[in-house]
Amino acid sequence: MRFLSTHRRHPLAGYAVLLFGLLLAGALYYAFAPGKAQADTAGDTAKIEQGRELFLVGCASCHGLNAEGIMTRSDGNYGPSLIGVGAAAVDFQVGTGRMPMAQTAPQAPRKDPVYDEEETEALAAYVASLGPGPAVPDEEYTDVSDVSQEELTRGGEFFRTNCTACHNSVGAGGALPSGRYAPTLRDVSGKHIYEAMQTGPQQMPVFNDDVITPEDKRAIIAYIKNVQAQPQGGFGGGGLGPVVDGMFAWIIGIGGLVAVAVWLAAHGARVKKKRS
Amino acid sequence: MTETASPTATPLKDTNFGKKSAGPVEWLDDRLGLAGVVRKNIRKVFPDHWSFLLGEIALWSFVVLLLTGTFLTFWFQPSMAEVPYNGSYEPLRGLEMSQAYASTLNISFDIRGGLLVRQIHHWAAALFMAALMAHMLRVFFTGAYRKPREINWLIGIGLFAVGLIEGFAGYSLPDDLLSGTGLRFVDGLIRSIPIVGSYLEFFVFGGEFPGELIIARLYMAHIFLLPGILLGLIAAHMLLLVYHKHTQWPGPGRTEKNVVGYPMLPVYAAKAGGFFFVVFGFTALMAAVIQINPIWTYGPYNPSEVTAGSQPDWYMGWVEGAVRIMPNWEFTIGPETFSLNVFIPAVLLMGLLFTVLAIWPFFESWVTGDKKEHHLLQRPRNAPTRTAFGVAGMTFYGICWIAGGNDIIALKFNLDIFTITWLARIGVFVGPVIAFIITRRICISLQRKDNDAVLHGYETGIIVRSPEGSYAEAHAPLPTDVAYTLTARPRVPELTAPEAEDEDGVRNPEGRKARLRAWAKRFFYAHDVDKPTREEVVESEHHFHDEVYPPHDFPDDFSGVSETGVPKHH
Repeated sequence: MRFLSTHRRHPLAGYAVLLFGLLLAGALYYAFAPGKAQADTAGDTAKIEQGRELFLVGCASCHGLNAEGIMTRSDGNYGPSLIGVGAAAVDFQVGTGRMPMAQTAPQAPRKDPVYDEEETEALAAYVASLGPGPAVPDEEYTDVSDVSQEELTRGGEFFRTNCTACHNSVGAGGALPSGRYAPTLRDVSGKHIYEAMQTGPQQMPVFNDDVITPEDKRAIIAYIKNVQAQPQGGFGGGGLGPVVDGMFAWIIGIGGLVAVAVWLAAHGARVKKKRS
Repeated sequence: MTETASPTATPLKDTNFGKKSAGPVEWLDDRLGLAGVVRKNIRKVFPDHWSFLLGEIALWSFVVLLLTGTFLTFWFQPSMAEVPYNGSYEPLRGLEMSQAYASTLNISFDIRGGLLVRQIHHWAAALFMAALMAHMLRVFFTGAYRKPREINWLIGIGLFAVGLIEGFAGYSLPDDLLSGTGLRFVDGLIRSIPIVGSYLEFFVFGGEFPGELIIARLYMAHIFLLPGILLGLIAAHMLLLVYHKHTQWPGPGRTEKNVVGYPMLPVYAAKAGGFFFVVFGFTALMAAVIQINPIWTYGPYNPSEVTAGSQPDWYMGWVEGAVRIMPNWEFTIGPETFSLNVFIPAVLLMGLLFTVLAIWPFFESWVTGDKKEHHLLQRPRNAPTRTAFGVAGMTFYGICWIAGGNDIIALKFNLDIFTITWLARIGVFVGPVIAFIITRRICISLQRKDNDAVLHGYETGIIVRSPEGSYAEAHAPLPTDVAYTLTARPRVPELTAPEAEDEDGVRNPEGRKARLRAWAKRFFYAHDVDKPTREEVVESEHHFHDEVYPPHDFPDDFSGVSETGVPKHH
């Protein structure tokens, strides 16, 4: 300590402290800053390169040659920047066929995927290499085969609190303003549901891991899968609620009973009509 | 039936026929005096037409509702006390919920046949209201509410109104997320009533929404008060029906003074009784194969949650739609908020519908000046303005309906929900006017077609070539009974404007009112095509044989030829 106290008025002391402070700040930043995209191995490099080539052919016309996004003349968003959206967003958008879009529309509809699994992975790797973002979830959070009953109940509560307002109580989907909509959750894989929550595609808000933990996301997926696997007891009307019930009441109920009424009224006590 | 008096037959009173039942029947008659009532009504005649059975669908589905509802009361617990759910439906187990919801889950999953009965009950309710409405439309479009049946029309309106509330109360009882959302809707509706709204809310809910009382209160209304009122109204409706006798379509042998049809016993009792089983069977079949209101998917009611596709049952759907398309008009005076955005489309509009329905018979008779009794129905085309008015009302109702399901329509047909809303906003004003004009023109055209058939016969499908080489389709006179039916309607009255002044130049004291009435009457009968006069019919008969060349005699029951050239017969 003597060294410090005797040299504290040294002409270089100020610089030394400044240097130390900068080093400390840098070290702290390094320790706490969001991690860089980890894609350093040789295999990943090849994948990123493959993804970049696919990107240049299929995506760059809207998203820009370096995925920086393209603005329209009126400062609108022609194709958003993909830097920092992460592999999860690419896996969701491309894996569900939403991207590449077939035409401009209020919302990209789900359709058969254009890229196969390997190509999707390559695209995801390329986009992930551009900037840090959420990765494709581990299978332990998307596989709901061994979920417990308590988790199921908890998932239901989360689902009703956060999801049903747009997606409907059985995930049948719902309408949103200006031609947009919350799509049906039927036949959507657990992985894609997870990624949608994490990346908030299109109109959907982001439910990141701080808002809903991975365990709770898993519970939500389990509830959706459970409620959609239930037998509906005959025709269920798609879980769309009373509008469909009313339609059935009028068309099948009143329609059918009027048919019976016509039959009843057409047959009198004399069954055979006399020919005059 | 006349008794045949063949010498070998034993007179009926000397046989054993009916002797066995005579004892108990006589015993009952001595104590209840039933014979008189039965004798009077056992041969009561009801006319046959499918549209007369619409009301019967409503009656029988009400019986189904009483039976299934009783079953449900055995297990339903109308309490909002919170209990943890321990039943067999896994995704909700362990959750805190009201006893009402828990017991409804138990009915659905743990009571044998409970889900089926619940679904029968719900389908029957939807059918009950639908049948009421279909019946009401039938009565409206055929003019069956005219004197002497105005009061029965009013009772019917009362049945519809009470049925609406009864249905809504039932929809709210399970206390699931959907029914709670519906209850919140009604809460908003009550609160939108200016000044007294918030007080009324506290009165109805026993405090702020949702409180802890509303389920128990709705339960008493749903199983006791409202069904009691419905039963009383139904009884009055039926008694008046028997007293007035049923209306009938005009036709040969049918007059304002008789009823042509089948007697109560043996025919009509069998038909009506059989129809009950058909209705019961139908609702049971629907309940067995079509899911309705799967409350377990909605979860327990929680004011902070909601689900997309939250709608009321169909009979409240038009109110929902009216609220959805209403612009957001709201203002405050001092501490009072006036929510016109809810008050106008929900409270005022519902009031308006029932007011218009209730005063229509009286309004129509004021306009037409028709104070006669009517037991023969009118075909809708023969009252074009009324029919057009009814269709305009249906159009308004239908557009509100569409608006009420705008999210489902947007989702399923890939449309923009705002576009639907705007189309409905314009449509509720423009649609009824267009519907009115088109319907009236269609009715008038159909009147012309009827007159044409009476005067010029119907097209036989036989093409005749004349010696000059021209072709013409032969027309044949209508069978007499058909011609009679087509012309069995009153003439269009003469439309005269009232004198504004008498010959001394004194203004008619009733002038303004009378002129208004004359204007309304002219509007009501405007463009009506009157039926042909007797002279025109006689003349047309002379012409018939000239028109058909060569003169051709058709058999009485001939009614043209089919596409393949085979003669059709009546």
